[in-house]
Amino acid sequence: MAEKLIKLPDVGEGVAEAELVEWHVNVGDLVREDMVLAAVMTGKATVEIPSPVDGEVTFRYGEIGDVIATGTVILKIRIAGEGAGDEEEIEGGDSGEEPRVKPAIPPVAALEQASEKKVEPLKPKAEIAASPPVAKALPHAAGAPRAEGEKPLAPPAVRLRAKEAGIDLRQVPGTGPAGRITHEDLDAFLNSQPGSGAIAAGLQPNKAVQEVKVVGLRRRIAEKMALSKSRIPHITYVEEIDMTALEELRTRMNGTQKPGRPKLTILPFLMRAMVKAIAEQPGINALYDDEAGIIRHYGGVHIGIAAQTPSGLVVPVVKHAEARDIFDCAHEVARLSDAAKNGTALREELSGSTITISSLGAMGGIVSTPVINHPEVAIIGVNKLAVRPHWDGAQFVPRKMMNLSSSFDHRVIDGWDAATFVQRLKALMETPALIFVEE
Amino acid sequence: MKEITCKLLVIGAGPGGYVCAIRAGQLGVDTVIVEMAKPGGTCLNIGCIPSKAIIHAADDFAKTVAMAAGKNAMGIKADNPAIDLAKTMAWKDGITGRLTLGVAGLLKKAGVKIVVGRAKFRDGKTVAVETETGEQVIRAENIVIATGSAPVELPMLPFGGLASPSGAKVISSTGALSLTEVPARLAVVGAGYIGLELGLAFAKLGAKVTIVEALDRILPLYDTQLTQPVAKRLAALGVEVLLGTKVKGMSSNGEALLAETGSGEERRIAADKILVTVGRKPVTEGWGREELELDMDGRFLRIDEQCRTSMRGIYAVGDVTGEPMLAHRAMVQGEMVAEIVSGKRRAWDKRAIPAVCFTDPEIVSVGLSPDEAKAAGREIKIGQFPFSANGRAMTLSAEEGFVRVVARADNHLVLGIQGVGAGISELSAAFSLAIEMGARLEDIAGTIHAHPTQSEAFAEAALKALGHALHI
Repeated sequence: MAEKLIKLPDVGEGVAEAELVEWHVNVGDLVREDMVLAAVMTGKATVEIPSPVDGEVTFRYGEIGDVIATGTVILKIRIAGEGAGDEEEIEGGDSGEEPRVKPAIPPVAALEQASEKKVEPLKPKAEIAASPPVAKALPHAAGAPRAEGEKPLAPPAVRLRAKEAGIDLRQVPGTGPAGRITHEDLDAFLNSQPGSGAIAAGLQPNKAVQEVKVVGLRRRIAEKMALSKSRIPHITYVEEIDMTALEELRTRMNGTQKPGRPKLTILPFLMRAMVKAIAEQPGINALYDDEAGIIRHYGGVHIGIAAQTPSGLVVPVVKHAEARDIFDCAHEVARLSDAAKNGTALREELSGSTITISSLGAMGGIVSTPVINHPEVAIIGVNKLAVRPHWDGAQFVPRKMMNLSSSFDHRVIDGWDAATFVQRLKALMETPALIFVEE
Repeated sequence: MKEITCKLLVIGAGPGGYVCAIRAGQLGVDTVIVEMAKPGGTCLNIGCIPSKAIIHAADDFAKTVAMAAGKNAMGIKADNPAIDLAKTMAWKDGITGRLTLGVAGLLKKAGVKIVVGRAKFRDGKTVAVETETGEQVIRAENIVIATGSAPVELPMLPFGGLASPSGAKVISSTGALSLTEVPARLAVVGAGYIGLELGLAFAKLGAKVTIVEALDRILPLYDTQLTQPVAKRLAALGVEVLLGTKVKGMSSNGEALLAETGSGEERRIAADKILVTVGRKPVTEGWGREELELDMDGRFLRIDEQCRTSMRGIYAVGDVTGEPMLAHRAMVQGEMVAEIVSGKRRAWDKRAIPAVCFTDPEIVSVGLSPDEAKAAGREIKIGQFPFSANGRAMTLSAEEGFVRVVARADNHLVLGIQGVGAGISELSAAFSLAIEMGARLEDIAGTIHAHPTQSEAFAEAALKALGHALHI
């Protein structure tokens, strides 16, 4: 019987020693040629040491973590069925094959190579050798496997987190020294936990929870919304408006625009219509101080325009819309929404509204349930304008239709009044000349 | 009296009970705690704290006596030192008084209701408390039994036996901690940590102390390497230690303790006081256990890893649940139960419970001793570093003792740390942290330990185990 001595190979780069990082065999194990016996690590790479022969491990030197000098005999393998007594020295890896070097992060080629190898014609040793690098290369794929019955080793903070997440630490591989389970190991385990046990499809449940503190504008919005919704019993009334005539007028007005005049959107028409309707129903343009039990009707129509900005919803206010003509309204809306988006709007420009318009333009949907801007009593929501078939009594004709979804404080505005107001807006907007008639 | 209902009722305001109640209060759990004496339990009132006070006083006194005898190497002299033990006791009582008030304050701050009286179970959800003003019934969703432990009595030497003008002759640790005069001759039965701590203290205070132990060694829970410096100190203080000796009882005239040595020889030990410290027993009677169906584990209440007893909604913490009967174990159990009751997921997952003997010198043990590690089938490496090679220990005239680290041979994971030496109790923090964090020898050796401190011996012990101690 011959014994082969496996020495720690020269792993290149002029290093004289390497750290033993993995043992794949124990004394007494039978090994086959090319099977990985151990892995050592230099500063840059991990090198696997394959067996040059078939045989039985009779001697093993060094423990994981030991730094071993190049040339040290680390294994002896008894070769079955060979002549007596002679010892043969072999440097690990020097079996006609280069030591397999696996860089810390494998290049794609290496992965491909590894998977290609698997397809090679039946040569079991090649597969054994090829698969470990793939598995090992993935971050946190596995620490040193714990021996059976070995308790998991983890610092108290990791244990606490695991407990709260309902994780049994015995299931978690540890990559730290002595197999210690680190926070990163726990993260990796939590992220790899399949919800249903099916990992195969490549769809992984994402268990990440990110905590976002509700601060600044977001918190103000949250408080304002909560206040409005908790204090005000909303009644929302939706009506469709035939915008064909208004659109025709608007297009014409924009077409014959004097230079320096702002482009008209629907909003200034709506604002002017509101001014008219409010003149007949002053109770809509009001602030309700519910603690004092007083409703304040305002002569001035100060229209808040809900605008989306990068940091959230803000409501700049067009003051005294009753005193502005349609171009002035358009100009003011454009100026204020720019200011709001740039964050340059003044405090006064963001407060003092007596009624609000909520409009998402093309994103306006068919119906919305706008939240009243407390302590106002009404909000007009503008939905999307779209060409819809309309039955004119004889046939379907294409009309430009738009819905208004409006909410009212039902404590102080009855359904009848709400409906009257919206019907008035409908009448004004469907016959836009009425908006401009001075009374 | 109007019935109280609450979410959590804690019976006993010792370290396990009061910590449980404070934590529960912090977590917003509606909590009531019942205590028949002062809050703080054995630990604060008649155990850990007062004994440490007396030990400290005895140390100082012994040093002064040595100075007076011209035995001080530093050249300090003193004349005719004396101790007024009554004053010492008053000072000690001041400390315990402050601490018990502190605990009461903490309970109050946490919003815990304190009921003073003796609690007795009526059923698994109801407890009746005999208070000064009548019976108070308390109904609780969860109940924690934290009734603690009491000194074991010997039938032939009942506590309080042979009363005389200077009080009873046979005393427990409680009695020893309230003596107002140093007995001329003190016999101590039992060489466990309580007997040795108090025996050493009274020897330093001037008593002629004889310690009788049935086993053939002192401090049987620790290996002889650790106890040897203590044995040496006992001898230096003139304490006679009779090992393998059984107590037979009192002499007929009540003058002496009768004992029989291992060789069958009869001994008469003349004593003014006889301190019996043969262990502690869980308090499992007197609170209505008979009304419940609680499984036992020997003398103790059986608990699981969440301190749950065999009855739903009833927990137990501290000495009543088993060894080691240590305050810090009880506190951590109490804290855990409070969090469980508040809905958090918790279970006992500690790697080690440190144990400290406040003997002279002190002994600390955390985790596995070399023998225990070997018995668990581990191949181990041991590193031991003596304080005689530690500069700080020399400047403290405290060169006796060492730090010993026990680690796994394969991955150097630290399994246990022990040590003996003056003031070593304070190093227990580092020892416990190392084990709880899963430190390897390299972690300890790789941590900078301040110079000059006794803690350097810890790093050196780890280095020694790794084969390259620097200062030895």
